[in-house]
Amino acid sequence: MNFSFTEEQQMLQDSAARFVGQDYSFDRRQQDVGRTTGFDPELWQQFADLGWLAVPFEEEHGGFGGNATDLMLLMEQMGKGLVAAPYLATVLLFGKLVEAGTVGDLRDDLLTRVIAGQLQGGVAFMERQARYALADTSTRASRTAAGFELSGEKTLVLNGPVADKLIVSARTGGAQQDEAGISLFLLDRTTPGLELTDFRLMDGQPVANLRLTRVQVTADQLVGPENDGLALLQRVIDEALPGVCAEALGLMTHLTNTTIEYTRARKQFGVAIGSFQVLQHRMVDMFTACEEIRSLLYRAVCSADKPGTAEHRRNLHALKVLTGRRGKRVGNEAIQLHGGMGITDELDVGHYVKHLMVLNSLFGDADYHQQQLATLSLPM
Amino acid sequence: MDTTLSTTDLEFRDDVRAFFAKAAPEKSQQLINNPDTYKQGVIQWQKQLFEQGWVAPFWPREYGGAGWTVTQSYIYECERVTANAPDVVPFGLKMVGPVIYTYGNDEQKARFLPGILNGNDWWCQGYSEPGAGSDLAALKTRADRDGDDYIVNGSKIWTTYAQYADWIFCLVRTDHSGRPQQGISFLLIDMKTPGITVSPIRSINGVHSLNEVHFDNVRVPLANRIGEEGQGWTYAKSLLAHERTVIARVADSKSRLDRLRELATRELQGGRPMIEDEAFRARFTAIEVDLMALEYMELRVLAAMANNQSPGAESSLLKIRGTEIQQALHELTIELAGVYGGMIAGDSATAADLGHDFGDQARKDFMYGRASTIFGGSNEIQKNIIAKRVLGL
Repeated sequence: MNFSFTEEQQMLQDSAARFVGQDYSFDRRQQDVGRTTGFDPELWQQFADLGWLAVPFEEEHGGFGGNATDLMLLMEQMGKGLVAAPYLATVLLFGKLVEAGTVGDLRDDLLTRVIAGQLQGGVAFMERQARYALADTSTRASRTAAGFELSGEKTLVLNGPVADKLIVSARTGGAQQDEAGISLFLLDRTTPGLELTDFRLMDGQPVANLRLTRVQVTADQLVGPENDGLALLQRVIDEALPGVCAEALGLMTHLTNTTIEYTRARKQFGVAIGSFQVLQHRMVDMFTACEEIRSLLYRAVCSADKPGTAEHRRNLHALKVLTGRRGKRVGNEAIQLHGGMGITDELDVGHYVKHLMVLNSLFGDADYHQQQLATLSLPM
Repeated sequence: MDTTLSTTDLEFRDDVRAFFAKAAPEKSQQLINNPDTYKQGVIQWQKQLFEQGWVAPFWPREYGGAGWTVTQSYIYECERVTANAPDVVPFGLKMVGPVIYTYGNDEQKARFLPGILNGNDWWCQGYSEPGAGSDLAALKTRADRDGDDYIVNGSKIWTTYAQYADWIFCLVRTDHSGRPQQGISFLLIDMKTPGITVSPIRSINGVHSLNEVHFDNVRVPLANRIGEEGQGWTYAKSLLAHERTVIARVADSKSRLDRLRELATRELQGGRPMIEDEAFRARFTAIEVDLMALEYMELRVLAAMANNQSPGAESSLLKIRGTEIQQALHELTIELAGVYGGMIAGDSATAADLGHDFGDQARKDFMYGRASTIFGGSNEIQKNIIAKRVLGL
């Protein structure tokens, strides 16, 4: 039993913490997220130079060969600094799908460019009617002489407005809710018949809805096996989840710490409001929440070498449930304890809360994962 | 970062399983479940553990400990719960024993440790007083010097199983000047000493486990004082953190959760088992998730202890969450029993006779379980500790 980090992991954590602590102010974040891209391309290049874009990829593919622990350490710091960067979309979703689902020159070319910071990606797996049900896919990919023809609509593609390439899930067989019959396709954003509607989420990040009208693709644009794309997509999302929750933990930790600092400085009735027991206990609850999430994060990271097992799935569901529930509570408490300042746009608190809310709604919220957990824990 | 068990750990787990299979702990557990044979059951089981050399695994080897690693202790605890084997009573083995081997002199170690290990001496804890609960340092029980003795006067309260005890370890006031924490000494007192009376307190679950202990000019030799006079607070405090990690009872709650699942598969409503009820499923999994977090919170504290970091304020976290989860389990269990959660079974009409086999026990557990957020330093006090020591408020 060991919860310590290797020297390499410690170095990764230190370098990320140094970046967030010294080079990335809240003002800069606000500036970055306000750009059309939603991030600073120079900053992305800096991440490439630091090797962070290579973290989750195999060494034989030019990656760092990092595991779930490495990813957790990096993402937690990103959360602490509220870093605006398409790491989830380009690296954890697009890049990892490319690594797992393509081969040969195509894979080498795409991964080299992702790792070098020269390619942006996005994954279009959501549809309006599906909520969180990954299998619910109505976008169709019908066989043609040259390959497939795609028609349908996808929603809320992270990094969609910027992505050079997109991976789209579409149905090559089966009924709309079937797990089998889903395939993944690699598309250029300039493909004829592909129409993007850009918008932003509440945390400022740019996303896009996709409309596909008789989009022609060739068979070599298939990512992963035909009809079995869902398993691949699920695997990549499962691998990203601890990273997403680590980022959420970073956000929660910042919210807790900044609230403590504020109540120590803010005076009312002639004393620091942090001296009031009624507020102290609420901050203890915030701190406890962070410790609980860290514990479940370690738990999920420790079973990450057994992907797809019931044990690991339970751990992932539990992590997402509690991150959602405690994250919401910590966010609301941070605003409340900052009083009037908490509801200003000027203060960083509201922005941390909004990003936290977005993360908690991605890949299934707390209620959704709790129901998934129930199917494992309470079989009927 | 990994929690994979090594080959040595797996072998150890097999040994533990083999021991439990042979030791038939259910025989002792049956005695323990009945208040009339409780003490007999506890001692019977403790003697079996003593013979196996596992009664105080966390003690240093030189005093009779087993030298287990933190992982081994964790494995043992998981297997113990799976085997439905009793836990040891903590007052001697987990509370006063470590104080004696850490702060006591050689004579005290030789005199008291063997009886703690082999179960011949039953210990109880004399900390709280009618006027000193959460504010423990306000204790007033006084010990005044008289030659080679102290004369002890005062009262201790909430003393668990004082009615069975041979010895009591007490915090007493030996000096009345200075801060309340100063002037407290740690005394070991023979319960047979003239002047001690024990009055029972019947609990909310109808059971007598708590007592008030009165001291009326009780003569205690100076030789029964642990360490220096006036340093008792320091000795006691070093123990409290350990006590709180014990209170988390993760393995026990895991077993209760399994039991709850089992009960819900056969508790019917309108022909359908309650395990299919959406509200039940939501409440069950909410507790499950909390418990999964607590389990790793405990492992993290244990791993830190294995690296010789003493459990500090983290143990307060474990105490708070552990007891809240215990209460949530008690609550869901009694509510699963529905109206039958209110029934009282007895000798003439047992639970089985009355047609509901867990309502009576659920009621007892729920009622007595209310104590867990109060004892060992109330959860509100734990929050004060975290606010001050960790958050710097």
